[in-house]
Amino acid sequence: MTGPFRTEIGGRIDRTRRIDFRFDGRLYSGHPGDNLASALLSHGVHLLGRSFKYHRPRGVLGAGSEEPNALVRVGSYESRATPNLRATQVEIHDLLVAESQNRYPSLSFDVGAINDVLSPLFPAGFYYKTFMWPAWGWRRLYEPIIRRMAGLGRAPTAPDADIYAQRYVHCDVLVVGAGPAGLAAARAAAQGGARVLLCDEQSEFGGSLLSEPDTTEAGRNRLAWRAATLATLAASDNVTLLTRSTAFGVFADNFVALVERVTDHLANPEPALPRERLWQVRARQVVLATGAIERPMVFAGNDRPGVMLAGAARTYLHRYGVRTGRRIVLATSADSAYGVAMDLHRAGLTIAAIADVRNEASGPLAAAARAAGLPLRTSTHIAATHGRLRIRGATLARNGTGAREKVACDLLLMSGGYTPTVHLYSQARGTLRFDESLGAFLPGGDTGILQVAGACRGIFATDVAIADGAEAGTVAAARTDPGGAPQPVRTISVPDSGALLAREAPCDRRAFVDFQNDVTTKDLRLAVREGFVSVEHVKRYTTAGMATDQGKTSNINALALVANERRMDMAAVGLTTFRMPYTPVTFGTLAGAARGNLFDPIRQTPIHAWAEDRGAVFEDVGMWKRARYFPAARETMAQAVARECRAVRTGAGLFDASTLGKIEVVGPDAAIFLERMYVNNFRKLAVGRARYGLMLGEDGFVLDDGVIGRLAPDRFHVTTTTGGAPRVLAMMEDYLQTEWPDLRVWLTSTTEEWAVVSIQGPRARDIIAPFVIGIDLAPQAFPHMAVAEGTILGVNLRIFRVSFTGECGFEINVPADYGSDVWHAIMQQGTVFGLTPYGTEAMHVLRAEKGYIIVGQESDGTATPDDLGLGWAIGRGKSDFVGKRSLARAAMRDPSRKQLVGLLTSNGETVLQEGAQIVTAANGNASIGHVTSAYFSTTLGRSMALAMISGGKARMGEKLLAPMLDRTHEVTVAPAMFYDPKGERLYG
Amino acid sequence: MQRFSALALARNALSGQTGWQRQWRSPDPAKRYNAIIIGGGGHGLATAFHLARDHGMRNIAVLEKSWIGGGNTGRNTTIIRSNYLFNASSSLYDHAVKLWENLSQTLNYNVMFSQRGVLMLAHNVHDEQVFKRHVHANRLNGVDNEWLTAAQAKAFCPPLRIDAGMRYPVLGAALQRRAGVARHDAVAWGYARAADALGVDIVENCAATSIVRDRQGAVEAVETTRGRIATAKIGVVAAGNTSVIMGMAGLRMPLESFPLQALVSEPVKPVLPCIVMSNTIHAYISQSDKGELVIGAGTDAYISYSQRGALHVSTHTLEAICELFPQFRRMRMLRNWGGIVDVTPDRSPIIAKTSVPGLYVNCGWGTGGFKATPGSGHLFAWTMAKDEPHPINAPFTLERFRDGFLIDEAAAAAVSH
Ligand SMILES: Cc1cc2nc3c(=O)[nH]c(=O)nc-3n(C[C@H](O)[C@H](O)[C@H](O)COP(=O)(O)OP(=O)(O)OC[C@H]3O[C@@H](n4cnc5c(N)ncnc54)[C@H](O)[C@@H]3O)c2cc1C
Repeated sequence: MTGPFRTEIGGRIDRTRRIDFRFDGRLYSGHPGDNLASALLSHGVHLLGRSFKYHRPRGVLGAGSEEPNALVRVGSYESRATPNLRATQVEIHDLLVAESQNRYPSLSFDVGAINDVLSPLFPAGFYYKTFMWPAWGWRRLYEPIIRRMAGLGRAPTAPDADIYAQRYVHCDVLVVGAGPAGLAAARAAAQGGARVLLCDEQSEFGGSLLSEPDTTEAGRNRLAWRAATLATLAASDNVTLLTRSTAFGVFADNFVALVERVTDHLANPEPALPRERLWQVRARQVVLATGAIERPMVFAGNDRPGVMLAGAARTYLHRYGVRTGRRIVLATSADSAYGVAMDLHRAGLTIAAIADVRNEASGPLAAAARAAGLPLRTSTHIAATHGRLRIRGATLARNGTGAREKVACDLLLMSGGYTPTVHLYSQARGTLRFDESLGAFLPGGDTGILQVAGACRGIFATDVAIADGAEAGTVAAARTDPGGAPQPVRTISVPDSGALLAREAPCDRRAFVDFQNDVTTKDLRLAVREGFVSVEHVKRYTTAGMATDQGKTSNINALALVANERRMDMAAVGLTTFRMPYTPVTFGTLAGAARGNLFDPIRQTPIHAWAEDRGAVFEDVGMWKRARYFPAARETMAQAVARECRAVRTGAGLFDASTLGKIEVVGPDAAIFLERMYVNNFRKLAVGRARYGLMLGEDGFVLDDGVIGRLAPDRFHVTTTTGGAPRVLAMMEDYLQTEWPDLRVWLTSTTEEWAVVSIQGPRARDIIAPFVIGIDLAPQAFPHMAVAEGTILGVNLRIFRVSFTGECGFEINVPADYGSDVWHAIMQQGTVFGLTPYGTEAMHVLRAEKGYIIVGQESDGTATPDDLGLGWAIGRGKSDFVGKRSLARAAMRDPSRKQLVGLLTSNGETVLQEGAQIVTAANGNASIGHVTSAYFSTTLGRSMALAMISGGKARMGEKLLAPMLDRTHEVTVAPAMFYDPKGERLYG
Repeated sequence: MQRFSALALARNALSGQTGWQRQWRSPDPAKRYNAIIIGGGGHGLATAFHLARDHGMRNIAVLEKSWIGGGNTGRNTTIIRSNYLFNASSSLYDHAVKLWENLSQTLNYNVMFSQRGVLMLAHNVHDEQVFKRHVHANRLNGVDNEWLTAAQAKAFCPPLRIDAGMRYPVLGAALQRRAGVARHDAVAWGYARAADALGVDIVENCAATSIVRDRQGAVEAVETTRGRIATAKIGVVAAGNTSVIMGMAGLRMPLESFPLQALVSEPVKPVLPCIVMSNTIHAYISQSDKGELVIGAGTDAYISYSQRGALHVSTHTLEAICELFPQFRRMRMLRNWGGIVDVTPDRSPIIAKTSVPGLYVNCGWGTGGFKATPGSGHLFAWTMAKDEPHPINAPFTLERFRDGFLIDEAAAAAVSH
């Protein structure tokens, strides 16, 4: 059934097709081209929501993204439900299910409306003045109630089933807004040869052309012009057209973010389509043709359902073929409203009264209205409105006199003039100026890379806006071609308009300024009275302009009131900051595809698949997945780790060290460079030898470590910790580029180029020797800390004799593509020797038995080399290295510094918790340090721990305490070396 | 000062709430003050309040270049907690938390301090070690903090996702139950009103443009956009602009200023009972009493004074939020903004005397100073009044960057906010 308020003909809806949808459980119908608001209005339904604070019944106010009242929750499944959508922007489709919000039990009967009755108690900021007693009352008593009352819709409870996409594009000219000015700008820019991107938030291009009657002031047929322009644009291959795409943010240097709504308007979208798409556009030139938004009038009872913006009623009529009422009162302070009155009159609606607050209504539109016999009353305002869930009438009053007149109506339209949509201009840091005649802030001008055209700069007449847009487009295109002909200039200037800034009508009742947040004139006056005079303070104290519409219809009215109250100019009062986004943007769109495994790249080593097959348990280390242990059937982690450790100590273990960071440092000054970056001496390091390198930050604290091998006089193979690789490379580059640009050194990250197979244990050499060609691995020929290049199994090899376990060990670097094959071959060869793969956990235990530190675990960014027992690494007689100066600071010689020691619990079964604090028996509350690592050691047959303890080295043998929640453990300080202190196994 | 109470509201309801007076005066600056605070953020206003209340100082002024509370005080995500690692920091922040607990009553202004608890999520073994270290250290200091398993964390915060299918599953969490949030604007206004009632002049739209020193080098006056004002004591509390102001007195500060962003969603009915922080994947979230999800993003990579950050910083944080709360993916970002945070090399603040007689500085709160507001004001007022630090802020000197006695919370945990 067609809605009873549908016109017989006209509008851009497809009357041949019917769409059924549900609102609050009831079935309604509409047509393709309708949005939820227009479809419901065609059935005479105005009541669509409840306000935030007082739960007042509210109807549709606007016809687009400025709508403050008609907010609905859309979606029948939780996984596709969205709260707080504007009914004016929700395109209907079959199966659409929408419900009203912030009401209980129903929209027409809402118990929350008690707040409205109590509203004298709840002025702006009332919550700052009460709810303070008793002191615990806020959190436990008042806040829970307030939280339940506040909030609009319900958040979805199920994970979102949709996907989102993101695109980056460049263009010469981005035109935002496809009304007459924007269309003309895009066409002119395209004709000027520019690559153009044109976007508009609506489902169709045309802007105000779609909302107004057929011909312009100059007699141009609007829709024909629109069609012709669009045809030209569509035929140009240098133009991209994006409907349903809102430019929501402008960032530095014409970086503009758009959100495109791809599927919400479809009943059965392709499953592969994203719901929305984020476009991140870098434009050489931007033209903003974002139009203007009508201002409500401020009078008592201006918020009842059936009170609407005049321009919105006109849009519903022309674009959607909907009469928003039968009998209309029009309240205005601007000439433009008379055009609306004439349109509605011609469409057969009764204009019961026009109340113009101004003393005279001039101009051709008002004259036409007069000529048509419309009941026009000047110097008249609305003193009150009547009706509860829908307006029934209005009381008109003559300004300054007591004369009153009650007029019945079912629709009250208001027009306080238009506010140019300068949000994006302001986000781009353009300066605004106040225009008295328009009663609005206008863009101060062109920024060189960004221009404004049409209503957005106060040019409202369609024909002039088209000309203005065309000029802007021509200028923009010319600017992207600096070598071109003489630069054209803009010639059109902003005309005066007859609007008068909405004045508050004299009344002692509440008149609403911010509809959604229920901010009234009284609230604004209260704020000023209480000293909240800066506009930002007014906004924050009253919450005016902070609702989900971001004050699109309320900011200027609020400002005018404050200016009035303070007896100041609007310009002096100033505007609040416009903040990104222009309209709310879906989190999912901003997050894009980054979910699950795409949330962060997963880095896997070449040996990963093998480890997975072997049932390895992995741990996350930065982006890497590292095998933590390899449990055999039914083994616990402890059992697996014990077995792996035993294998390394008695036979051999194989460890995937591919995640270690690797940097190739090359160049004639490579040794000098490393000598400055690391504490160690590198100039004297012989080719074929490696050294443990320790890197400090400028503050003198340990930042990273790793083994560095010299392959040639001018070539080093540097390794870093797994997590530290990017940081170390960035720091090296930073120094190289900013401090020592004179050094001839080149850095290359080779982390992913090499697979690293580390074989450790007394049988390590026996296992690999048969494979290695060109290198004598005998202990004398290839001692601890030797490095060499050769081949293994026919592939290039860099081999280090190094150990992080205390056993004889080799790190075999092969090109990553061969890593898996080499690993397999070694595993196979090693079977007879009991070769066992081991993971990071066993590696941790083995290195802790030797007291080897892990940067980030023993050290935490506050430890010096000395603290960690690594003072020996500092090269003697070095003139400088990063952090050297800081090591001379007073605090570094403080005897109470924490130092690395070992701890042994009195009960050898007890494994301390990493992070446990250590105290002395004398003072059980003052921490003197903490446990950094703690394990059960199979090798030792007991537990062991490493700890950073204040003055630790001087405490050897001392008994200390580790207080835990349940009990306190006794520990004895020991050297941080539990196994093979002389290093016989290492060098063997 | 007109007292605020439910009764007063009710009484005023009869007169249409027209009986209220200004919450603070709007005086022109006097020619001379006994002490001047530069910066009308929460910390500056709290300092003035304590100078007047605790130290009986009269004739003092707060100079604010625009409107009070408009800096980081009015831009932050209001996470308040004290589970910091080092003794010096946890006593500093816990001192503040204790003052928060009675702040509404102290100021007769409801600052809506809501101790709903903060969960700090651990996603890997290293996080677990770090947070357990915090838990044990805090416990010894008498600061509440406890370790929860992932399941316990979910019980405390039911919307939280903990399944193993996450890219970085939640392995557990540290919970500080006394942590909470508060209404930032109310903090600035409440302090302003209380300070004003004690005679403090709060001078808005008055920027300090230079600091005048006498022949001995001591502070003598401050030049402002509203004229020269004589004074012998200046406290600089200007967050991101501190370096600029200290530069006026010839002091270089160990500070870098970065844009830090935050954003809120559209308001919805209560869905998130507590604060959730994840340092590893960069997510900070709570829900305001109004119903907005309040989300902290990161700092830009580059230093800047522009109160506007880059888009990718917000998108990055929303990736993390959507990963932890996939049901929030259809929620919408309503507002996004930035503040300029002043960051020290060790990420701990400076509350101290300086080498210039009469010049004091309170800065370096970086991404996490809102929580300290009441304590910072109390301690800084003490420092200014007695010309020596209170024991709690004694470690937070300027000289520590020269001598190396750093209080490096960042290094210990890389936690912001
Ligand atoms: C996005 C964001 C999120 C944050 N989240 C948290 C959080 O969750 N928890 C937390 O504890 N902290 C957080 N912080 C940090 C916190 O906001 C700050 O540490 C704290 O508010 C600083 O207060 P303040 O009074 O020192 O500074 P501000 O509030 O910035 O006050 C400084 C004042 O000095 C004024 N000023 C500057 N120059 C002059 C001049 N020349 N003359 C006169 N006045 C001048 C400024 O206008 C400003 O009002 C966050 C910060 C940001 C930006």
